[in-house]
Amino acid sequence: MGIQEWTYVMVGLTFALYIGIAVVTRVKTTAGFYVAGQGVGAVANGMATAADWMSAASFISMAGSIAFMGYDGAVYLMGWTGGYVLLALLLAPFLRKFGKYTVPDFVGDRYYSSTARVVAVVAAIFVSFTYVAGQMRGVGIVFSRFLGVSIEVGVTIGMVLVAFYAVLGGMKGVTYTQIAQYMVLIFAYLAPAIAIAFLLTNNPFPQAAIGEILPKLNQITVDLGLTHYARAFTELSMLNVLFITIALMVGTAGLPHVIVRFYTVRSVAAARWSAGWALLFIAILYTTAPTIAIFAKYVILRDLAGQPMAAVQAVPWVQNWTETGLIKLQDVNGNGIADAPELFGSKGPPEVTAAIDRDIIVLATPEIARLAPWLIALVAAGGLAAALSTASGLLIVISSAIAHDIYGQLVNPAADDRRRLLVGRITTTVAVVVAGYFGINPPGFVAEVVAFAFGLAAASFFPVIILGIFWKRATKQGAIAGMVTGLAFTVAVIAMIRAPQIFGAGAPVIKDFFGINAQGVGTVGMFLNFAVMWVVSLLTPPPPAEVQAMVEGIRYPRVMRPAGTFNPTHGQPGV
Amino acid sequence: MTAPHTFDHERYWRRTITRILVLLAVWLLVGPVMSILFVEPLNRFSIGGVPFGFWMGQQGSIYVFVALIFVNAWLADRQDREFDVHETPETTRQVVGEH
Repeated sequence: MGIQEWTYVMVGLTFALYIGIAVVTRVKTTAGFYVAGQGVGAVANGMATAADWMSAASFISMAGSIAFMGYDGAVYLMGWTGGYVLLALLLAPFLRKFGKYTVPDFVGDRYYSSTARVVAVVAAIFVSFTYVAGQMRGVGIVFSRFLGVSIEVGVTIGMVLVAFYAVLGGMKGVTYTQIAQYMVLIFAYLAPAIAIAFLLTNNPFPQAAIGEILPKLNQITVDLGLTHYARAFTELSMLNVLFITIALMVGTAGLPHVIVRFYTVRSVAAARWSAGWALLFIAILYTTAPTIAIFAKYVILRDLAGQPMAAVQAVPWVQNWTETGLIKLQDVNGNGIADAPELFGSKGPPEVTAAIDRDIIVLATPEIARLAPWLIALVAAGGLAAALSTASGLLIVISSAIAHDIYGQLVNPAADDRRRLLVGRITTTVAVVVAGYFGINPPGFVAEVVAFAFGLAAASFFPVIILGIFWKRATKQGAIAGMVTGLAFTVAVIAMIRAPQIFGAGAPVIKDFFGINAQGVGTVGMFLNFAVMWVVSLLTPPPPAEVQAMVEGIRYPRVMRPAGTFNPTHGQPGV
Repeated sequence: MTAPHTFDHERYWRRTITRILVLLAVWLLVGPVMSILFVEPLNRFSIGGVPFGFWMGQQGSIYVFVALIFVNAWLADRQDREFDVHETPETTRQVVGEH
């Protein structure tokens, strides 16, 4: 059986698994729908969180970006892991004690304000929708590359599947399918890495095998006229590496779909442990990605660079991927040879576009490592698992923002649980359809905005939640002013820097913000938010006594304010 | 509902803050400081064939992050027991029996 037939089998089997789980986990209450009944164990929740976190971009594109960026790729590695420390230490246990269902819940209650709740809802929907459109697009692309169907068909299939288990099982269905998806994606990711490590060094542990290969890669990149692989700050300045890494880390801790995962565990202590398990499961992939980058780049340079063009084009895996358009070999300098700069690109002079698309690094490595066809096909299932798991987590956030935060808390608080559940299911369906539509017709800037979702989360949510937990004096006016400032500043600066991509302008309005590029601007927005919150809170009346008692109460896992009677119940709605 | 329980809440919270600050200091050291600000000087050393600064940024920092979170969970559990504010089966009942 060829690779394509195996791909149908692998994808079909994994999809059947997700559907089966959806049927078994269908829910009957809003508690089940929004927070999985708050009964998920720490390890299971950690695994689901890891799958939720690792999107199509982590799975397919990250290793490729690192291969091209060398050391500076560490922005993604540290940026997308370091935030979990912030979550575990500063947010998760306190929000779990608070016990409600969503981030806007916390903002609305802590800042005793429907306005604050609505601002939070708007921010959450904006951040989550841009993120999810990117995921649906990723689903479409994996389908079209591996299964030969059009992107539209691919997105639609993905939509129907996600709708099925999200509507039926809500957060509970999503959680348990995410666990299955984690197992699929981690196996699909590790197998090629272990295989190629073994092939090159007889050491099956990729993280150790790089000790032998990295020096060779450093040497060969320099010999062939590319930048030294391990040297720092060749692609990004130190300032940018710093600001982007921080924006990604802090943004992680401000993303609604990640935070909400800590509402689903069964206790405060479980929230702390679950963050550890989540990062452990994430780290398995994230420490492997840079090794894949090193091995793949080394093999490609060793075997293809400097060879005659005709010989390179005849290599089987090169032929396969040229057909999908991910490899576009061009003899730029007309010497009949595939030079390294032609393969990986050069910033010039002269400027040369890379023949190799970054996504090749993960997608083609199994073939380069001569793995069996069924294992190669599993990579497709893995990429889909990654995209679907993230998409489903985001959709729950979007639907809960509308059905719970707006409808349930503001529009019709008297609604009973059955009606709330129905509204939740309807909004989830609508959200899937809208996300699918944007997946099929992405606004030109989708890829840009997904990265900026982090900057926006860093600038809007993170300061507001942190100060809400640790500073009793933070007031509603401070929070609203802070959120609005952080959001407005970050959106404005990003729009100005990326005017060509977003608005089709001729040139950017500003090139960067004092040397900080668009991906790092969120860090500046975050500092602004903190500053504004501090000043405005001190200028406005302190929060009411019950709110201050609530803030105190979330600090202790079991009891409340020692002399008081206020007790945020563990997740009971309507309290 | 649990009966009012007296414990030194100020001391508990101070311990919590200290613990958080110490762990965050390690986080800051391993991430921004070692892997970004000092990556180039650290590259003069190597670990298993890989330049140390590079290794910190692409591997080592991640291992430390994982360890920090588990250390925090363990220390917090110990602290909760010491002050008798840890959760018990009665207080972590699931929200509704059938969901």
